[in-house]
Amino acid sequence: MPEQKKTHRVLIGKPGLDGHDRGAKFLARALRDAGFEVVYTGIRRTPEEIAAAAVQEDVSAVGLSLLSGAHMSLFPAVVQALKNAGAGDIPVLGGGIIPDEDIDLLKEAGISEVYTPGTPVEKIIAAFRSACEKQEARRT
Amino acid sequence: MGKHPEYQDWEEKELAASLKRFPERKEKFANHGGEEISRLAVPDRIDDTYLENIGFPGRYPYTRGVQPTMYRGRFWTMRQYAGFSTASESNRRYRYLLDQGTTGLSIAFDLPTQIGYDSDHPMAAGEVGKVGVAIDSLADMELLFDRIPLDKVSTSMTINAPAAVLLAMYVVVGEKQGVATHKLKGTIQNDILKEYVARGTYIFPPKPSLRLITDTFKWCTEHTPEFNTISISGYHIREAGSTAVQEVAFTLANGITYVQAALDAGLELDNFARRLSFFFNASSDLLEEVAKFRAARRLWARIMKDRFNARKPESQMLRFHTQTAGYTLTAQQIDNNIVRVALQALSAVLGGTQSLHTNSRDEALSLPTEDSVRTALRTQQVIAHESGVTSSVDPLAGSYFIEELTDRIETQASELIGKIEKAGGVVAAIEDGFIQRQIENSAYEYQQEIEKRERIIVGVNDFQIEEQTKPPLLRVNPEVEHDQVQALKELRAKRDNEKVKKALASLSACARNSSNLMPEILAAVKAYATLGEICQVLREVFGEYRG
Repeated sequence: MPEQKKTHRVLIGKPGLDGHDRGAKFLARALRDAGFEVVYTGIRRTPEEIAAAAVQEDVSAVGLSLLSGAHMSLFPAVVQALKNAGAGDIPVLGGGIIPDEDIDLLKEAGISEVYTPGTPVEKIIAAFRSACEKQEARRT
Repeated sequence: MGKHPEYQDWEEKELAASLKRFPERKEKFANHGGEEISRLAVPDRIDDTYLENIGFPGRYPYTRGVQPTMYRGRFWTMRQYAGFSTASESNRRYRYLLDQGTTGLSIAFDLPTQIGYDSDHPMAAGEVGKVGVAIDSLADMELLFDRIPLDKVSTSMTINAPAAVLLAMYVVVGEKQGVATHKLKGTIQNDILKEYVARGTYIFPPKPSLRLITDTFKWCTEHTPEFNTISISGYHIREAGSTAVQEVAFTLANGITYVQAALDAGLELDNFARRLSFFFNASSDLLEEVAKFRAARRLWARIMKDRFNARKPESQMLRFHTQTAGYTLTAQQIDNNIVRVALQALSAVLGGTQSLHTNSRDEALSLPTEDSVRTALRTQQVIAHESGVTSSVDPLAGSYFIEELTDRIETQASELIGKIEKAGGVVAAIEDGFIQRQIENSAYEYQQEIEKRERIIVGVNDFQIEEQTKPPLLRVNPEVEHDQVQALKELRAKRDNEKVKKALASLSACARNSSNLMPEILAAVKAYATLGEICQVLREVFGEYRG
C-alpha cells in the first residue's frame, strides 16, 4: 500500500462584517475535495475569534476572504491576533476584492499570499498545500 | 376578422386609462423611414392559452408587464446604487448623478450602519465608510440629503435589519425640509429573510425581525402611501450563487412569508400589498433572464390572486428593480465588463423592469470611479434612447423559445416553493439550512464549470492577455473612520442626553409589548439617539441572530 498522505488542516475565515461568502465557501469545499480538512468560521467573526479557532483546531494555515475593502485593517489584525494567541507561526493567506497596490503592503504586514478574482482554484490549493507542508515541517 | 373581444376590452379599459393618465413619450413611434412601430404585437389568433398565460400588459397575469404602455409612457427609473465615505462626500456623488440624468437615488450604507453599529463600535473597525456611507444619527442623514429636495426625488435605501430606523431618519429629514410625509417616495429594502441565506446583515432572530417589518408595513400604509415598504430581493440570492429558477423561487417564497406575517398581524391585504416591491439580478444568460422576469411576474400574480385572494390589480403586480450581476464582472480586461453590463441591462429592459442599476466596469477591483459610473449610466441611456427596444411593449412575447422558457421557469420555481412549504416554510428551511445548501451547491457547480473551462469567461479562462496598465481606482479616504468617530463624540456631548435616555427607555418598553415600534423609533431619531443606541435597545429585548 502506498504511504498514506498526511491530511492538512486549514481554517477559512471571514473577518469583519462582510457577508459575501460565495468565494470562501467555494474555496472551503474545493479544499475538502482536494483532501484537506477544512474548518469554515462562517461570516462576521472578529480577528480574535478567528485566531482562537485556528489555535483550537490546530490548523496549519489560515485563509481569509474579504470583499468589503476592509482588508488593510482586518487582515493584519488577524495576524496580530494569532501572535497574541501564541500562534504567530501559522501562515495566513488572503483573498477578495483587493487592489493590486495593496498586495505588497499586505505581504509586508505578514499575509503570505494574496489572491484576487479570477485566480484558478488549483493555484490557491497548491499555495495552501505548500504553506501547510512548510508549517508542519517547522512544527515537527 | 375583428379584434378579439378581450383585446378590445383591454384597449378600452387599461390602455385608455393609462393613455389618459400618462400620455406616451411621443405622438408617433416610428423607425428611420417613418414606419409606425406597433405598441403591442399580438398573435393573429388570440386563444384561451394566450389569454391565460400571456395576456395583455397591465392586466392579469401581467406576463407582458405591469403597465399597458410600458416604456412608451415612461422609461424605467435609472437608479445608480452609490454611497461611500462620509455623508457629505456621498451627497456630492448623488448630486453629480442627478446632474448626469439619473432619475432616482439609491443609497449604499456601510456595513456598520447596515448591522446597527455606530462608527465607534469595536465591530466597526476597518469597515467605516467602505462599502457605503456611514450614518450614525439624524445629523448624518441631514448632510446626506443636503440640497436634495425629497419631494422631487425618489430614494431607495439598501437597509434591512435597521430599516425602520433609517426610514424614520428619512421622514424627519423630509419634515425639516418642509416636505409632507405622505409625499415621500422611495423604497426601503427591509427584506431580512434573504439576509440569513445570502447577504449576512442580520441583527435579530427571524421572529422579531418580521415584527419590525410588519410594523413598517402598517406605519407606511398610514403615513407614506407612496413608499415601497419592502424590496423582496432575489438579487443577493443570485449573487450568492443560485440559479435563475432558485432566485425566483426563494424570492417569491420570502414574499409569501411577508404577506402571511402581515396578515397574521392583522393587516388588510389590499392595503399593504400594493407597496410590496421586488429586486432581481440581471445575469449573463440574456434570454433566460428575460424569461425569468416574465415568469416571476406571472407566478406572483397567480400567488396573490389564487392563494391570498388579492382583489386589487395593484396587489397582484410584481414591480421590480434590477441590478446587473456583480458576480459576472471580471478583474481582467475590465472594459469587457461594459459589454457584459449592456447585455444584462438589455435583458432587464426586455423583461420589463421598473428601475435599473447598471454596474460599473471596475467593480471587481474596488468601488467605481466617477468615470466608470458615468459609462454605466450611459449604457442605460443608450438602451433607452437608441436601441429601439422601448418602442414596443414586451417585444419578445410569442417567441417559441422565450415562452417555453418562461413556462419552464414558472413551473420549476413553483415546484421549489412547494418543497419549501412542505419543509415547514421559509424560516424552517433557513434554520435547517435547506436554502443555503441549495445556493451553495449551485455556486459550487458554476465555479467548477469555470475551473474546468466548461464555461468560458472571456479574459479569465480564455482569451487572456498580459495587462500592462492599471486603471485608476477609487480609494475611500482612510480618515473617514476617525472623522466619523470624532463627529459622534461631539454629537453625544451636544445633544439633550436626558431626552435621548427617555426616548430609548420608551422604545425598550414598546419593544417588550406588541405596539407599533415606528412612533418610538421616530421619537428616538428626533432626539438624535444614534443608530447603534437604538439597535442596542432592540438587541437587548429581541436577542441577536448568529449565523
